[in-house]
This record gives sequence, structure tokens and C-alpha cells, in this order.
Amino acid sequence: MPPLTRWFIKSSLLCLVLALTLRVLQTGEYPDQIAPMISALSPVYFHLFMVGWVTQAIFGVVFWMFPKYSLSAPRGSERLGWISFWLLNVGLSLRIVAEPMNALQSGWLWSALLVSSGLAQWLAGLAFVANSWSRVKEK
Amino acid sequence: MLRIAGRGLKKNDMPRLSVWFIRSALIYLALGFTLGGLLLANKGWPLASWMWSLLPSHIEFVMIGWTLQLVMGVAFWILPRFSREPRRGNMPLAWASYGLLNVGIALSIGITLFPGVTGLALLARLAQVGAVLAFAIHAWPRVKPAGA
Repeated sequence: MPPLTRWFIKSSLLCLVLALTLRVLQTGEYPDQIAPMISALSPVYFHLFMVGWVTQAIFGVVFWMFPKYSLSAPRGSERLGWISFWLLNVGLSLRIVAEPMNALQSGWLWSALLVSSGLAQWLAGLAFVANSWSRVKEK
Repeated sequence: MLRIAGRGLKKNDMPRLSVWFIRSALIYLALGFTLGGLLLANKGWPLASWMWSLLPSHIEFVMIGWTLQLVMGVAFWILPRFSREPRRGNMPLAWASYGLLNVGIALSIGITLFPGVTGLALLARLAQVGAVLAFAIHAWPRVKPAGA
């Protein structure tokens, strides 16, 4: 298994554990001051599961097992793969912090982090598509 | 897309239907992430109130267009084959499942664009149920022990 796949899959496993841990937190009763923050954890939970776990595990397996691109670059652009990994995980991490904090007390910092998170994850998706497209090929 | 010198490998290439499934899935990944990025940015810096109407399409693209479609494409590629032709089973059924799934997703975009049109949601869901039913019927006999 190539190093990038190991990073993708281990990171996806961490996201899975974190996602289900958030579900535990959401079952509690909380004072009114922090209730909005707990409520804002719903989209965080869902995206940790769907983006952090499901999509990231797929990214890792696709990078590993899809048909080779060429003899000299069997997995396409490794650099683009790593860019996709870091953008996805930095973007998701920013969301984990900024979305509940923005619900608790909105401010320019949380707004900027939410925009940055959206931008980073979007670019991660595009980088993955660009690197995988040519590896999806017929006999 | 990327151009890297020295192409020419043919080993492990995939069947045509998988290429269609998986490339369509990649397109929906790009579309789903684009809408998702816009929705998240809109949470930080509100751009327009109508932006939230994109949420159902975002969910549809990521759940059905990307995840489900990728799984179907990979399953068609790697599930055990039969020893005799057609080695990947009932091909018309498998192609019908691809067509129905993508018609269903396209119709679901229509729900957002034309909210007044009645019956569109039902039609979209029926097409998607038809797609997964066709796929399940196609895949069922391919889930078998090696050599069977």
C-alpha cells in the first residue's frame, strides 16, 4: 500500500472514531449557553462521517487500486494526491472548530475559517478528480 | 486532464460500463463539493438567501451521484465473473441501471430548479429505485464462490 493511501485510510479511521464520539456528545443535556454549539455539531458529525470517513477512505483506495496511469507515473501525480490529502484534512479540521464556534458567537475569524474550509475542501475534491480521471480507462 | 509521458499500460483496465459509472461519479463529486463549498462559505459570509435551496442537490450529488455510483461502478468491475460469455452477467440490465440512476439524479436537480412541477420528485425517486433494483438483479448471481 503506497504511503499516501496509508495516510488517507488512517486519517479516515480517525474521522470515523471522531464522528461517532460526537454522536455520544450530542446525546447529553446542556445548559442554554452552549446548546447552540452542540446543535451545530450535527453538520460536523455528518461531514466527518461522509467526507472524513467514507470519501477519504475511497480516495485512499482509488489512489492505491485503480488502473495504473503509466509506467513512469503509475498513480498519476503523487504531488496532486498529497495536495488533495492535506486540503481535505485541513479544510475538515477548520470546519470542526469554526462551525460550532460560529454558532456560539459569530465573528470575522470564524466566518473567515468557514470560508477557508469550504475553499480547501472544494479544491481537494477537484485535485482528486483531476488526478483520478485519466486512471479510469477502458481495456 | 493530466498528461504524463510514457503511457501504454493496459493491465487492470476496467470495462466500459465501469468507466461510465466512475467518471460520472467523479463529475458528481466535483459538483457536490462545489455546492458544499458554496454552502459552507455562505454560512461564514452570507452571499444570498437562495443559496440554501442548493442543499438538496448537494446531498443528492454526494450521496447518490458520487458515493453510490462509484460503488456500483467498482462492483461491476471487480465482482466475480462467469466462466462463459457474458462474463459480467446481464449487460442490458446493468446499462439500464446506469441510465436510470443518472436520469433520476438529473430529475432531482429539476426539483430544485422547478419547484412548482408536481410529480418530479416521485419520478426521480422511482428512477433511482429502478436503477438499484436493476443493479441488484444483475449483481446477485455474480456474488458467488470462485469458479462457480
